Amino acid sequence: MAPSAVFWLLLGGLYFFIPLLTTFLFSLKSNQTGKCCTAANYSWVIHNGEFWHTLKISFLLALETIVISLAIFVPTIYWVHLKVPKLRPVLAFLALIPFVVPPIVMVVGLLKFYQGSPNWFYAQPWGFLAGAYVILAFPYMYFSLDAGFRSIDVHTLTEASQSLGARWTTTLFKVILPNIRAAALAGSFLALAIVMGEYTIANLSAFHTFPIFIQYVNETQGFPAGALTLMSFGITWAAMGSLLLVGRKRGTRAAVVAGAR
Amino acid sequence: MAYLELQNLHRDFGTVKALDGIEIELGEGEFLSLLGPSGCGKTTALRLVAGFDRPDAGAIVVDGKNLTNVAPNKRDMGMVFQAYSLFPNMTARQNVEYGLRIRGKDRADRRKRVSDLLELVGLGHAADRYPHQLSGGMQQRVALARALAIEPRVLLLDEPLSALDAKVRVQLREEIRRIQLDLGITTLYVTHDQEEALSVSDHVAVMYGGRIEQMGSPAEMYSAPATPFVAEFIGTMNRLEGTVVDGGVEHAGTTLRIEAAQERPRGERVLVLVRPETVEVGPANGGSGVNTLVGNVVTQTFLGPVTRLKILGEGVDVIADVPTQKALSLPVGTRVAAVLPAEGARLLVLKEDLPQIPEEPASASR
Repeated sequence: MAPSAVFWLLLGGLYFFIPLLTTFLFSLKSNQTGKCCTAANYSWVIHNGEFWHTLKISFLLALETIVISLAIFVPTIYWVHLKVPKLRPVLAFLALIPFVVPPIVMVVGLLKFYQGSPNWFYAQPWGFLAGAYVILAFPYMYFSLDAGFRSIDVHTLTEASQSLGARWTTTLFKVILPNIRAAALAGSFLALAIVMGEYTIANLSAFHTFPIFIQYVNETQGFPAGALTLMSFGITWAAMGSLLLVGRKRGTRAAVVAGAR
Repeated sequence: MAYLELQNLHRDFGTVKALDGIEIELGEGEFLSLLGPSGCGKTTALRLVAGFDRPDAGAIVVDGKNLTNVAPNKRDMGMVFQAYSLFPNMTARQNVEYGLRIRGKDRADRRKRVSDLLELVGLGHAADRYPHQLSGGMQQRVALARALAIEPRVLLLDEPLSALDAKVRVQLREEIRRIQLDLGITTLYVTHDQEEALSVSDHVAVMYGGRIEQMGSPAEMYSAPATPFVAEFIGTMNRLEGTVVDGGVEHAGTTLRIEAAQERPRGERVLVLVRPETVEVGPANGGSGVNTLVGNVVTQTFLGPVTRLKILGEGVDVIADVPTQKALSLPVGTRVAAVLPAEGARLLVLKEDLPQIPEEPASASR
């Protein structure tokens, strides 16, 4: 490797690792004395009921978002690729809107719009918040899935499956889904990362989620906040790592090869 | 009674008439090739039979049952596509097994049938490989086994060899024919390759502009083309424009004695069709004999046992296939006399401008 490449790689690495390292050192200091080194902050986090409670809410919200997104977007994108490819640019445009509209504008609009809707929806994270997160995850889901569908020959695979007697649901579950698995996983983990870290919408609509808890700890207890930040960072990376592992399995490569026509 | 009938099928795409009244009757166990240049409607016809598309008018009847409005997954048609139709997430065995699983066949039956079929296509050893681990030819064999697994009413093949290289293509087409004869399965085969169509079919239908120009046995199509288009499309043909005169056809200042011309009215514009292998070529010796056109050899194309000569002269443009040994004595630039046969030549009445045959890309798309 050229010396300049090593230099830039090191610089990039430092940019990435120094904040982590300092946060780690910070998180080892005692909350009472401010001195190094103790694991008490980590223990505090682990033994904090709110941590587990909000983590569970956010994680379940993420799963709900993923399930709803996949249930809506996979058949939709499949149908668009198969029957109305002209609509693809329209979908791509729609998918950009959540990027363009700031979350604060979106949440105010959604709160106004759904005012007066039944309590089980409006007052529950599983209703209102999950709906907002599906919108937020739309771009990530759409572009991941679209790439997946483009890498396979949707038409031929569907027709081959039909001619062998399959209904379209069988085709979707047995033929199409396994071949866009990597794309669906990629979209899912992006959605997971977004939901696990989303603050604005949850805060403005007054739901108590994991990012709200982090922010609360951040404001009230400095050293445990460092520990909490690192732990949530670790959770996100664990999710990314599992994506890499699952994505590497068989089937993924086959889909790419078959699509290379 | 015919087993497969396409009755007056029409299909328009916007202003384009993709199919303009197709009529086909095919007996059980017969092999029909739909042959034509891209855009002639052959693939559209096949897709209508498969059920992937619906006709604007007409009917598709198989074994007495009208399938025109039956969904593709209820038709029992085995289809082999151009390429890349194997399910990438399944092994060869699972691909072949797919249709049987959907039909709820029990495990033991499935396994036996899949093994038998993979043996039949010569891939018993590759059952557990994924499509990306198979060559193009092997993939198409698996696709064939998969289509046959469901014991289809009709086997549909949509240019299954067009993505393969020449040697595999010849090998595989012979195998398709062998398997088709073995199983006695009614087969519809779409191709733009006339050699392929002529070599494996019981019947060939040449299509152009959404219509069937001519349908017949390969030998009939070759020796007795009914239209100028078929004459041009099937094999290589000399097409000499001329006018009927007493005792023959006037072409390039020479009266050709053509038997077929004797029944035609004088003054009629006709096309004389002569296969290159029926043209006799020798050195020009001054005087011109009967049916002799004189010109210079301008190109020689080596085709193995024969060499194709292109002969150009005043108003003369003839292609002749001569034995390669003989061609050695007729190098480029030699002045030669080409003698056309009086009996083998066919006459077609010239009604309109001849259609131009578009170039076919190596891998045609639908």
